[in-house]
Parts: sequence; C-alpha cells; structure tokens
Amino acid sequence: MKWEVVIGLEVHVQLNTATKIFSGTSTAFGAEPNTQASAVELAFPGVLPVMNKAVVEKAIRLGLALGSKINQKNVFARKNYFYPDLPKGYQISQMELPIVEGGVLPILVGEEEKLVKLTRAHMEEDAGKSLHEDFSGMTGIDLNRAGTPLLEVVSEPDMRSPEEAVAYARALHSLVMWLGICDGNMQEGSFRVDANVSVRPFGQQEYGTRREIKNLNSFRFLEQAIKYEIQWQIDTLEDGGRVEQATVLFDPDSGETRMMRSKEDAHDYRYFPDPDLLPVRIADEQIERIRSEMPELPAAMKARFVEAFGVSSYDAALLTGSRATAEYFEAVAQASGQGKLAANWVNGEIAARLNRDGKDISACPIAAERLTGLIQRIADNTLSSKLAKQVFDALWDSELSADAIIERDGLKQVSDVGAIEKMVEEAIAASPKAVEEYRAGKEKALNALAGQVMKASKGKANPAQVQDILKQKLA
Amino acid sequence: MSLTHQDVARIAKLARINVSDEEIAAVGNQLNNIFGLIEKMQAVNTDGIEPMAHPQDVSLRLREDIVTQTNQREAFQAVAPQVEKGLFLVPKVIE
Repeated sequence: MKWEVVIGLEVHVQLNTATKIFSGTSTAFGAEPNTQASAVELAFPGVLPVMNKAVVEKAIRLGLALGSKINQKNVFARKNYFYPDLPKGYQISQMELPIVEGGVLPILVGEEEKLVKLTRAHMEEDAGKSLHEDFSGMTGIDLNRAGTPLLEVVSEPDMRSPEEAVAYARALHSLVMWLGICDGNMQEGSFRVDANVSVRPFGQQEYGTRREIKNLNSFRFLEQAIKYEIQWQIDTLEDGGRVEQATVLFDPDSGETRMMRSKEDAHDYRYFPDPDLLPVRIADEQIERIRSEMPELPAAMKARFVEAFGVSSYDAALLTGSRATAEYFEAVAQASGQGKLAANWVNGEIAARLNRDGKDISACPIAAERLTGLIQRIADNTLSSKLAKQVFDALWDSELSADAIIERDGLKQVSDVGAIEKMVEEAIAASPKAVEEYRAGKEKALNALAGQVMKASKGKANPAQVQDILKQKLA
Repeated sequence: MSLTHQDVARIAKLARINVSDEEIAAVGNQLNNIFGLIEKMQAVNTDGIEPMAHPQDVSLRLREDIVTQTNQREAFQAVAPQVEKGLFLVPKVIE
C-alpha cells in the first residue's frame, strides 16, 4: 500500500529578553544553578507575576511577519501538572485566547516553494531543569530556566515529508533570528521542536493516529526521528497492528523513538484562566508602531533581489536564508553593480568556506568591501575565473584588498593581443604534433596548445582570447 | 451531573490530595452539591455574552524588560530541606 505522511510541528521559541516573563530576573544563559531564580520562579507564597512588555512585543513581531491575526485581547491560563522543576504546580501559558492566530510561512523544498499554515502562537513560561545524575540518590533542581519566556508556535498538519518538516523548522528558525526575537541557539535549547507524525493510506481523508516526538533540538535529529517514526508506523500498520496515540522520545544514539507515555497516561492539564493575570490588551497604535519598526522581511527582500539584481529566485532564496547573509550580499551587489556575480560568490565560494570553517557570515574574514573589490576586477576582465580564485584565497587569508593582492602577486590577466599572439605562435612552433592532430580534426588537441599558452603566461592570459587567437592562427 | 467514586478518586489523584476510601463518598457528595450550583448557573442563557477572563474590566500592566532582581540563592536555600552544589534536592523523579 502507498502511505501518505502527515506532519505538524510545535516549536518552542525562546525569546531573547533580558528578563523573565513574569519577574525582573536575568535570563542570561550558563549562570551558576539557582542564582537566577527569584521568589516568583520559586513560587514563594504571596508572590505575583508581573508581565514583561518585551515578550508581548516580540510575539506581535512574529505574528505580523507571518501575516497572522493578532488577538488584541488575549488571556493567560494555568496549565496544571506536578513536577519538581515547576514549583507552582502549574505553568502559565495561553489556551483559548492566544496572542497570535493563523498565518502562513513559505518554505523552500528543493527548488519548490510551499506555504505552511500556522495554527497559533502563544506566550508561556519555561520550566526549570531536573538533573537526574546521582545526588545521593536524589534529583537536583535548577530553576534558572524557570520563567524564561517562550513562544510556542504551532503549525497545521501541512507537511507531507521529513524534508518539508525540516524546511519548515529551518524557515521558522531563520525568521525568528531575522526578526531579532530569538538567538536561535539550538544547543542551548533556544529553539526546540516537537513533531506530530501520522500516516494514512493515500487518498484517505481522515488523518491517521498521531504520535508526538518530543524535544528535538537539531534539524538532523528532527529528520532522523521523523524518518524512523514514519517507518515504524508503516511497519506496524502493515503487520496488521494499530498505532496508539502516544508521546515518544527520540534517542540519538540508537536513532529510534521510544514510548514516553500512552494516551491513557496523558496529562489532564485542567486549564483555566489565571486569576493572577489580567487580560493582555493590545492597542492599534502599539501594533502599528511595531509594524513600522519591523525589518524588511525575507520574502519581500527575496523578490527585491530578483527584481533589482537579476539573480535567480533560487539564489535569492539562499541569499535571504539569514538577514546577515542578505545584508552582506546586498552591500556587495550594490557597490559592485554586479548582482549575479555577487550572488555566485556569496552562495558559492563564501558559503563553502564558511561551512568548511564552521563560521557564520558575521565572522566572514572577507568583508563586503573586499569581495566587492574582487568582483570589480572580474567584471572588468582584469581577472580570469582561475586568477579570481587565487585572489579569493589570498583575500581569505589576509587583510589586503583585491587590488593590492593583484599588484603584489602580479596576477593581472593578460588581454594584450600582441602578447598573446606571441605566446600562441611559440606554442604552435613547439608542438607540431598537436597542430597536426588539430588540423586532422581532433578538436581536443587545441586544449593542449591552449594549456601551453596558459602555462607560458603563468595563468594570466585571458583564456577566451587564447582560444580565439589559436583558432585564428591554425585556420 | 453526578460524580462517581471513580471520578472523585481521579480528581483527587490529579490534585495530589490524599482521599481515603472512607472519605470518597462524603467528598463526592460535597462536590456534587457544588456541581449542582454550577448546573444552575449554566442553565442561564449567555448567548452573545463574551466570556469573562477576570472579574475586573481592566488590562494587564506591562513591565519594562530590565533586570531588577539580584541573586538571593543563599537566602532561598537556607529554608530548603536539602541542597547540593547550588541545586535543590528532591526525591528521585524519573518519568
């Protein structure tokens, strides 16, 4: 039987505020245990939550970027469960009236664009951390993370393959960083993904029973976990079994998912509006102010790059993968007036080198002005593509400008016809055999001759010119 | 609506309240009385009325995102039953 995969993702986006959602306690990562846990996070009697304005504003930012509805009245609710890293006995979250509803996120799968619908995004607090290593047979609790502001972003079950799920997660990841609302650091848990996965026979309308894979903190694990889960569900169904609704965990060591709790053990969270917090009301003016402060969004920038610089839609999508890359490209394209060349170098050599060195574009050793210098020398034919590579290498490892490197290493391409003709004649005289073969119809022999000329010029002759002159002389 | 003994036991478990078998009947009666009252309220026609999240018609005041709290770990942990390396210790929990 042919099966169709249905995936929806819930992403916990940690907002990059200075303080917690309900207290003025610092959220800085990596502090000594419990040094950033105030009476509010510890749930001391009598404390009350005091809402952080930045959380509301960052949520609105995301909502506007996704084209969502901003609920101008939204309500906090208590989600009740008992766990030692949640001292209050409930998590403050949003249930019936979240701050953000609806919206779409465009994703790029291969070279194809697809729109994924959003269900909602709501504000909530994070819990603390339980450390199960042995503390004299007990569990250690660190409440530094408790009260850290999160946006839980819930998608519709719109994805049909692990690749689409990863593309969606990547697009959301780059958007929240683009908007400056999340640092995107997945190792530190700033962006955590839960995946709801089900399968159904092709053509069937109703969804199959889903299982939820919790807490995936890398795109690679997300893909592996979903792939494993899909295969497990298909195998189970084809063996005549049933998939029961459950929550599962992914084990990166074995590459398998395993059951955490079944539907019978599912929590009954008994949500109700939190009487400690009044409804959040958002004025039109506040939304408009935030809208006016928004950076140009990736989709708009992508369209502009295609329009203004003549780059392909695919290249533009890569260039707008992060705001830093987009800004870098734009600076080079503007200054050099060579959009396509700029796109080729940024998506090609620059991306490959950064990837090799595990660096981000913000740490690129070649600043935009220096790449511009290189591109200008390619555009005006001073450099052949081979020489350009050589200059690029030198740019990467030095602080010099492209012109200084060309000067220092004598890398100017020779386009002087007289000089090239002389070298061509020498090559022809030195290789009668190649000449004979070429005249006998062996086209390849020309390359041998051209190679000799390039060698004689130390790679500096303009290759197109060399070919032309050779053909002329041998005609 | 009438709660069964099973319902009462489940609610007690969720709320982590220890209710003995002897108490269940009495607690069940009390809860049923409360539900009776709620049923009366639910009989009122509320069509077109927006649900109220808070009895006062005021909005949440928002605080600026500025750090105001300092590290008080020592004071807080002075009243904790057990601590180690800055962590609060609790009976082992593995879900």
